[in-house]
Amino acid sequence: MILAALDFQTFSDALGLGAIYALMAVGIGLVFGVLRLVNFAYGQLVMAGAYTLAFTSNWPAAWSIGACIGVVVALSLAMEVAVFRPLRGQSPAVMLVTTFAISFLLQAIALIVDLRDDTLGEVAASLTSLNAPVTIAGAEVRKITLVSIGVAAGALLLLALLLAKTTIGLHTRAAASDFRTARLLGVRANRVIAFSVVLAGVLAALVAVMMTVTLPLVTPDFALHDTIIVLVGVVVGGIDRLWTATLGGFTIGFVSGVLNGVLPTDKTVYLPSAVFALVILVLLLRPAGLFAWGRRAAFERV
Amino acid sequence: MTRRLDVVVQLAGPLLLVVAVGLFSTTVSPSNEVYFLNSLVSVAIVVSIYVFIGNSGVLSFGQISFVAVGAFASGVMTVPLESKQGVLTTLFPLLRDHTIGNVPSLALAAALGGLFAFVVGLPLMRLNGLAAGIATFAVLEITHNVLQQWTKIGPGATTLSLVPESTGPLQGTLGAIVVIVVAFAYQRSRFGRQLRASREDAAAAAGVGVGVHLQRLVAFTLSGALAGFAGGLLVHQLGSITTDQVYLELTFLTLAMLVIGGATSLWGAVVGALAVSGLDSFLSQAEQGVHVLGHRLDLPSGTRLVFLAAIMALVLILRPTGLTGGRELRLPRWGK
Repeated sequence: MILAALDFQTFSDALGLGAIYALMAVGIGLVFGVLRLVNFAYGQLVMAGAYTLAFTSNWPAAWSIGACIGVVVALSLAMEVAVFRPLRGQSPAVMLVTTFAISFLLQAIALIVDLRDDTLGEVAASLTSLNAPVTIAGAEVRKITLVSIGVAAGALLLLALLLAKTTIGLHTRAAASDFRTARLLGVRANRVIAFSVVLAGVLAALVAVMMTVTLPLVTPDFALHDTIIVLVGVVVGGIDRLWTATLGGFTIGFVSGVLNGVLPTDKTVYLPSAVFALVILVLLLRPAGLFAWGRRAAFERV
Repeated sequence: MTRRLDVVVQLAGPLLLVVAVGLFSTTVSPSNEVYFLNSLVSVAIVVSIYVFIGNSGVLSFGQISFVAVGAFASGVMTVPLESKQGVLTTLFPLLRDHTIGNVPSLALAAALGGLFAFVVGLPLMRLNGLAAGIATFAVLEITHNVLQQWTKIGPGATTLSLVPESTGPLQGTLGAIVVIVVAFAYQRSRFGRQLRASREDAAAAAGVGVGVHLQRLVAFTLSGALAGFAGGLLVHQLGSITTDQVYLELTFLTLAMLVIGGATSLWGAVVGALAVSGLDSFLSQAEQGVHVLGHRLDLPSGTRLVFLAAIMALVLILRPTGLTGGRELRLPRWGK
């Protein structure tokens, strides 16, 4: 019965959501790889990008997107210099709680900026034409879905090439697998971290561009809920490696897209409980991540 | 001799602070009393969280679930019968047709919080690090979802109101004292010491015979019971409550209080809770204009959250071990 309701439209929308969440997962995973820091404030980078798009919505679309990327990358670098750098080597709890505080701070600032015109929310409308459907093989698909999937695939491919083929990419991978040894062998810590932070910023800007097409009303809590879901997906997938984290992000986006589209609304009231019960089950069975294979000791010695 | 004095100071310091706040709350106007009661309840919640996170070193985002269970159990059971049958009509008959007193409702909150934590902790205490964090977060999500939807056990998505406001200065102070004393007794007990050993080095502790999972379960259950009790205090302070008030924001705020104070000591939990809630109260007063040292301080509205978040971030960046450095209170030593 459930499968019968899964039409092509729902399937493609879920793929689109999965693609966006995969990009967020990469952004969170890249920074975690080199800094061992879970950046809860990642969603506020997306939010800042979305506000930039809203405030520049009377500019030509390309300029607006350029401004969005510029602002988000600058904010991402500022976060690294002002917050992540002093926290290097602190316990994960301290780093995570500090990024909560940064997340609150950015939301509070956004609220003040937003309320200058006395109404909550700004509209980012320059790309809403992408919501129009196109017909593929007899089924209607929104253009933004195709764009999301295309952008995500392109960005992931480009990222894979960057990490695999360039020197800085090699250094980043080395730093992600063992930071101290990598530094001993001449990898410059600040450079690989800046590299990862800039990449994460670019990805957040792309996410902002694609999310505002579906949700043009930008508020201070824009992307907050999505960040939480992606974080869950990243840990369930396996945060220690970039590709398992990405797959985790994609999976949770795709699954929530399918379930939301398929189940009738009166049946979805306990859906969050069911999904999170599943999350607990997966974590109990595979604490290192659903897609992370290989044995681990009960307590890590290092 | 000195050692015994140290122990006395470690317990007396937090207690004196709480008593001072409680006494002070009786000297201010009723409209300001709420700030002091808030901070007393915050102390109870943060110390209950500390019992698990501080002693075990395992991150949990789930302790507010137990606060929520305690708050709603205690709240639903103390709404006066005559109004209850009018507003909470969908409840199970057992809950709808009975009402209990203030103190029994706090005991019920503690019992349910502890029971819930034990059931949840049984499977979850095997997890470490981020997996533990996300799994306990999932518990919070499930608790919130069920409390918001299941109208047979509570008000569902509507506000639970008409709860007797029995948490005044006396009950707030006594409640915080009970939580602190239990937390202190636990951390000095055999169980507490074993768990703290596992926090420093889980493998070494397991090697000398500490049952790490069992000790974590003990702390998790105790923390759940105290959190349930604190939830009871909270609902009796507010008088009305929604499920969103015991959810993400409270989780982040109380965790921030714990880490800012210094997560590895009871003194840190108490200082963090009082410092952050005090700062919050001061800033919300300053938004309406307040006199400080002869100057009038008038913050534009909306800046309270900016200042609060910025100061929290600054403390964490400049002093990551918290205001107390994660140490218990001790007298300064001379000649050594």
